[in-house]
Amino acid sequence: MDELVLKEQIVDEAAMSRRAFLRGTGLLLGFALTGASTESVFAAPASRVVENEVTGTFAPNGFIRINPTGAVILVIPMIEMGQGVYTSLSMLLAEELEVNLDQIQVQHAPANHALYVNSIIGIQNTGGSASVRAFWTPLRQAGAVGRHLLIAAAAKRWNVDPATCRAKDGVVFDASGSKHLTYGALAKAAAKLPMPPTANVKLKDRKDFNLIGTRAKRVDSAIKVDGRALYGIDTRLPDMKVAAVAISPVLGGKAKTVDEKAALAVKGVRQVVNIDEAVAVVADHMGAANKGLQAAAITWDHGPNVKVSNADIVKQLEEESKKPGAVARNVGDVGKALAEATQRVEAIYQVPFLAHAAMEPMNCTVHLQKDRCDIWVGTQAPTITQSQVAELTGLPKDAIKIHNHLIGGGFGRRLEADGTVLAVKIAKHVDGPVKVIWSREEDIQHDMYRPYYLDRLSAGLDAAGKPVAWTHRIAGSSVMARYYPPYVKDGLDPDAVEAAAEPPYALPNIHVDFVRVEPPGVRTSWWRGVGPTHNVFVVESFLDELAHAAKQDPVAYRKGLLGHNPRVLAVLSLAAEKAGWGSPLPARHGRGISVQFAYGSYTSQVAEVEVASDGSVKVKRIVCAIDCGMYVNPDTIEAQVQGGTLFGLTAALHGSITFKDGRVEQSNFDSYLPMRIDEVPAVETHLIESIEAPGGIGEASTSIVSAAVANAIFAATGRRLRSLPFDTDSLK
Amino acid sequence: MAFTLKINGTPHEVDVDGDTPLLWVLRDVLGMTGTKFGCGQALCGACTVHVDGAMTRSCITTVDSVGESEITTIEAIAQTPQGAALQKAWLELEVVQCGYCQSGQIMSAAALLKYTPKPTDDDIDAAMSGNVCRCGTYQRIRAAIKHAAGV
Repeated sequence: MDELVLKEQIVDEAAMSRRAFLRGTGLLLGFALTGASTESVFAAPASRVVENEVTGTFAPNGFIRINPTGAVILVIPMIEMGQGVYTSLSMLLAEELEVNLDQIQVQHAPANHALYVNSIIGIQNTGGSASVRAFWTPLRQAGAVGRHLLIAAAAKRWNVDPATCRAKDGVVFDASGSKHLTYGALAKAAAKLPMPPTANVKLKDRKDFNLIGTRAKRVDSAIKVDGRALYGIDTRLPDMKVAAVAISPVLGGKAKTVDEKAALAVKGVRQVVNIDEAVAVVADHMGAANKGLQAAAITWDHGPNVKVSNADIVKQLEEESKKPGAVARNVGDVGKALAEATQRVEAIYQVPFLAHAAMEPMNCTVHLQKDRCDIWVGTQAPTITQSQVAELTGLPKDAIKIHNHLIGGGFGRRLEADGTVLAVKIAKHVDGPVKVIWSREEDIQHDMYRPYYLDRLSAGLDAAGKPVAWTHRIAGSSVMARYYPPYVKDGLDPDAVEAAAEPPYALPNIHVDFVRVEPPGVRTSWWRGVGPTHNVFVVESFLDELAHAAKQDPVAYRKGLLGHNPRVLAVLSLAAEKAGWGSPLPARHGRGISVQFAYGSYTSQVAEVEVASDGSVKVKRIVCAIDCGMYVNPDTIEAQVQGGTLFGLTAALHGSITFKDGRVEQSNFDSYLPMRIDEVPAVETHLIESIEAPGGIGEASTSIVSAAVANAIFAATGRRLRSLPFDTDSLK
Repeated sequence: MAFTLKINGTPHEVDVDGDTPLLWVLRDVLGMTGTKFGCGQALCGACTVHVDGAMTRSCITTVDSVGESEITTIEAIAQTPQGAALQKAWLELEVVQCGYCQSGQIMSAAALLKYTPKPTDDDIDAAMSGNVCRCGTYQRIRAAIKHAAGV
């Protein structure tokens, strides 16, 4: 059913040309005469947001709203989940609108495909490191059009040529500078002027940027250091109840027995809702709800997936990966080149299922009424969520009101609407608003996991050690086939092979294919770094194996294959230089390098590790060189490199979700280990100045780090680790 | 059962079972949502508050164990010199990303600085390794604690 909704949505999108989207997003802006709010909506009580919407004043029809009191409200189309998008996208708008960041208020955009679609993704989704890339031009155009209209309104009032006026810090000045009017004073008049054609509105030259390229302060920091920031889990509404939930521990199971009487005997418990796939205990507060859920002593009919185990899943992958798959790339004649090669290298790599384990556990607040359904949630996919709730409730899409929130860590988890769908199923039985919160255990055990992949590779080297043949077969679940089915053509999932189909190296004969293998009883989904997170580990580790087989230095070997690729070569050289590549290290210490082109950005990392005699791996230093084209905020980039690196490193060192008897074996932060402050290496960022189009940054470091560390472990120990997380026992 | 809790200098009457975790009394009964739920098992530190100045995980602290103690939450930590210095340092060094764990991080750091005004890296590791940040802001957390402490 979920697939059907998505398919329909994509058909709708196909009916509108991409050109129309861009024109629309570039020009749509409205000057709504809303009441003055001195506080950004994402730190205001949820009830105020509702009230505004009900009265019709919280219905932005574009990116910019300026009210007569002078408040400048920027509606940000993508959701903030830590990546700094509220700041970077505000900077794009503010640069051209000519306002300071501290003059603006930021609002979450509502679900609205026509206004807020991400042109790269094709849906109003926040993901794929695509926000700055997609909105770089439209938001600057929206700001420029706003500035143009405000200047025109002032010029008209003064009866002067608009070309003689200028705008700065939210004020329009005449030629002499003696007359000035604030944007607030001009808002009403500007709203009545005709829209100028985009071609008539010139965007600033890079040399004239005041904000873009600076370390502007994050717009969301102040409310995040004193507890004011509101996440979905902080939603509070009049007469709201809260609910604890237990989901069938085996996918497809149903509740068998529920001791409702015992649950209802707990003080503060109001109701027990049994929807078969899950049981919710509704109460006045979560303390009572959790206690009631314990008292309910639920037993389960586990259903058909009760025998699912990791061992069987891996066995299935091993078998299926022996068969040819959908061809992602085939250049030259790999068979002939392999047969003629001087040396042959073969390897199998494996990466595990991974949970997202964002700090804010899954939660959703629903108020389902006869003719509308209000949803308070932090979502990366508001329009998909809206469609799925419409399908579930039978209400029209525009009756589904998505009140988006700051997300306490997304990492791809909130691209899925399953948490909202479950909450709506529960809310169908509850009179009034109900907030459903998953325990950490439910969150980890009912995640939608990064797929387990098994990769088979072979390469042939010529007498000089150059790779004359390269084959790579990827076997695993296809997230794309479920989530965006039209993007999968002839069985080829472009995400599953991203950064594997086109490695940056000169490979004259290459064959890459994908075998889709869906594990039973396991839901898979997007995880920070998507396809490249798995593929860069495999490709960059295997390339290192080839350098070793060719008896060459890993950096020199790569350089020899990158002559045609100057931007990759530049980041590789910079990372190696800054890391002191080649300088001596003590025994059991090693450096490893990796390089990637993904998300529109070029990245290279050098990891330095120490492997103790007990096998434990200490990552001491990570040096990252990055070329992401023109950049918006270098401080945000450094933050994303630091955090993204740790996200990938956590998985490489600790991350694994395993199944036994149909159940996930891990449950909380004591069995699905996060990296903690005492494990953290120093992460250095070196940014290359560039005038190329902007690239994405939120995932680049996550996908590149595990190969750098694996290669460093090899350098330190001579042991090649081809599976994640690293098996440190093998390093003793 | 009725309890009177002293929170941020103000008494609050609540009527809940004695085994109710302090976290849910703060968040759901009193509407103080700055203190966050992360794991429910004292494994992540998102729910950290101070009880008589000591770092305390409110998700496993039952309301009947608090008694007359003074509870301080993120909403009032700015009123302590350590809290104010840390919040300022957090802003100057742009520590936050998603921000969800940062209430707990700042509460743990404030307790650290109260008893160890000039912490070493080892002190920071010891005091802060109970607080998880999935965005990976640790490098800046360490720098901000040192900045606030003037070390």
